[in-house]
Amino acid sequence: MNVVIRGGRLIDPANKIDAKRDLYIDEQGFVAGVGEAPAGFNAARTIDATGLVVCPGLVDLRARLREPGFEYKATIESETRAAVAAGITTLCCPPDTNPVIDTPAMAQMIQSRAWRFGLAFIHPLGALTQGLEGKLISDMEALDEAGCVGFSNAYKPVGDTLVLRRAMEYCSTFDLTVFLHSEDPWLRGQGCAHEGEVATRLGLPGIPEAAETVAVARNLALIEHTGVRAHFCNLSSARALAMVAQARSSGLPVTVDATAHHLHLTEHDVNDFNTQCNVRPPLRAVRDRDALRAGLKSGIVGAVCSDHQPHEPDAKLAPFAQAEPGISGLETLLPLTLKLVDEKVITLTEAIALLTCKPADILGIDAGRLSVNDTADVCIFDPQTRWTLTAKDMVSRGRNTPFLGASLTGRVTHTLVGGRIVYEKPED
Amino acid sequence: MTKDLQIDAGGRLTHLLTLEGLPSKTILEILDTAESFIAVGEREIKKVPLLRGKTVVNLFFEPSTRTRTTFEIAAKRLSADVINLAVAASSTTKGETLLDTVSNLEAMRTDLFVVRHAESGAAHLIAKHLPPNVHLINAGDGRHAHPTQGLLDVFTIRRHKGAFDKLKVALVGDVLHSRVARSDIQALRTLGVKELRVIAPKTLLPTAVETLGVIPFTDMREGLDDVDVVMMLRIQRERMAGAHLPSEQEYFRVYGLTSDKLESAKPDAIVLHPGPMNRGLEIDSAVADGPRSVILPQVTYGIAVRMAVMAMILGGREELPGRRE
Repeated sequence: MNVVIRGGRLIDPANKIDAKRDLYIDEQGFVAGVGEAPAGFNAARTIDATGLVVCPGLVDLRARLREPGFEYKATIESETRAAVAAGITTLCCPPDTNPVIDTPAMAQMIQSRAWRFGLAFIHPLGALTQGLEGKLISDMEALDEAGCVGFSNAYKPVGDTLVLRRAMEYCSTFDLTVFLHSEDPWLRGQGCAHEGEVATRLGLPGIPEAAETVAVARNLALIEHTGVRAHFCNLSSARALAMVAQARSSGLPVTVDATAHHLHLTEHDVNDFNTQCNVRPPLRAVRDRDALRAGLKSGIVGAVCSDHQPHEPDAKLAPFAQAEPGISGLETLLPLTLKLVDEKVITLTEAIALLTCKPADILGIDAGRLSVNDTADVCIFDPQTRWTLTAKDMVSRGRNTPFLGASLTGRVTHTLVGGRIVYEKPED
Repeated sequence: MTKDLQIDAGGRLTHLLTLEGLPSKTILEILDTAESFIAVGEREIKKVPLLRGKTVVNLFFEPSTRTRTTFEIAAKRLSADVINLAVAASSTTKGETLLDTVSNLEAMRTDLFVVRHAESGAAHLIAKHLPPNVHLINAGDGRHAHPTQGLLDVFTIRRHKGAFDKLKVALVGDVLHSRVARSDIQALRTLGVKELRVIAPKTLLPTAVETLGVIPFTDMREGLDDVDVVMMLRIQRERMAGAHLPSEQEYFRVYGLTSDKLESAKPDAIVLHPGPMNRGLEIDSAVADGPRSVILPQVTYGIAVRMAVMAMILGGREELPGRRE
């Protein structure tokens, strides 16, 4: 079906476009024209985007869909549905499913399940080590062939430094990217909150900043040694961010993302034992949050992601340390990033770039841009009208978010994947 | 937020979860009420009918003899019916959740839960899910709070030392893991002691401890210099395994309270300990049983303080002894 999106403000940072342009999409699902209709174009469907922003479909660097293994929390179908309702057309999922994504069959199964529902695309990360056990490296070349866009040991630290070195060398052999969670397991211990003033007052076992900096230092030394391209997932502290920034300025091939919630919340939100704020890495001090924000501006933080972790309600109905960490973040990814525009941290174009072309570049995939002949993954949103996030209106199976009741902007009105309209906001 | 959970719209204590944010007026009211209950324990018939017909459940997810017993005695002296339940932590981790356990007991028409749990915030979690007519007293949650212990400690200090604003107080020992320390610190800050110190090796002091409003010391003699009150904290023997401490001998040598170290304090300084004591680890018997020790009176006061809290939460206020006129 030929579609034209008319009258919107097209923001396509990769192509340096921020202007009122119509977008023409052909029957095969590719962008056929930007601004001008291609010869003989007959629109079967016209979307009126007057007053709305039209941008590439969002690319989320990290979202757990819980399938396979944790279908009582969420499924590929439920979460890709939530993704497109939030303007997200491409998701990258970590390998800590059950079974773990350490075989090509598992990687293909997840992608084909996503295909079947025809909503968002899923790009899996493969397990860096077999079973995430940190002992034997996985069949990374085959996993790459099966569609894995990078390799990660998720939250399971590779304790043995030699195994980590070999894994990085092997990744580097095939020009693959390693995705690292930097957390020293011994310094983390039984910790569940940032080791600082709030944890001290509430008597919560703390996770010191050093749990992150020690692991970052180890990772940086091995990255330098092996020359592997590496992505630091979700740094939480100002010091760790400074270490990676310095390494990058000395030429190391490293990138960093921040989660939308770490850019807004701090240790103080844990007050009153709010288990919705139990996240990993923990919410840290105000100065850490501010350093992440400054990192968006300086460019060291190259993407904002949801770090979506949907849970069943019981997972959070426990004492703080026993609550399962994570936030259901898909539906607040765009609004929380736009809030940074409201708060004058970044510009609207920068916000869109952090959600589209920049994460796509980290993953090394063709997405996040709307040039002629690109796949027409499109997000259309209302940048102005305020709305309130409620559990009842959430599409994700997980309603675990500390942002329930928050007043937000950036409501998605339409999402297109490969030129098909996969989400249309119901009339209010 | 915490304050909203503990105090109802009418300004009345509905749960006791923590001493943080509790106004000094409320703390003093509890202490005054406790004074009136001391006499009950001295009588031949140690019982008042304030909570007749009320059901109190002591719900202990963590083993305790002393605290549970004092709560039980306190409730019985108020004529409440008391049930003691020791729930093994394992049975709640697999299957039935903490809130399931509480809901079941709530369905049996419990009026007051006294809860101890190994996790910080457990009491808050339960309180958030209780209906308005069911109340909760936190008998210790993880490292977070042990409010009745904090209250009985300040009650003891007031009885033996008088006005708080003249006092220098030192807490000695495992501040990092101690819910007693947090509750003591919060109560003493609210009541406005002149100076509040903590003394411990750095491995047992929490990060940013000064944000609690205390002055940290690592040298025992310096820390005890000129203090009026020495509050000892219990050392768990498993701290050696966690590499917090090298050995019992070394700890006693450096931080054990001996008569010799106590010389640094004021000559009339008093010594408190929440019990149970490890003699020869954090305190020497000569001090524990010596003239400065108020450790046994603490236990006696503990019952009166717990009666006061229960009566204020469950009973009609006008019925409290000494308040009828």
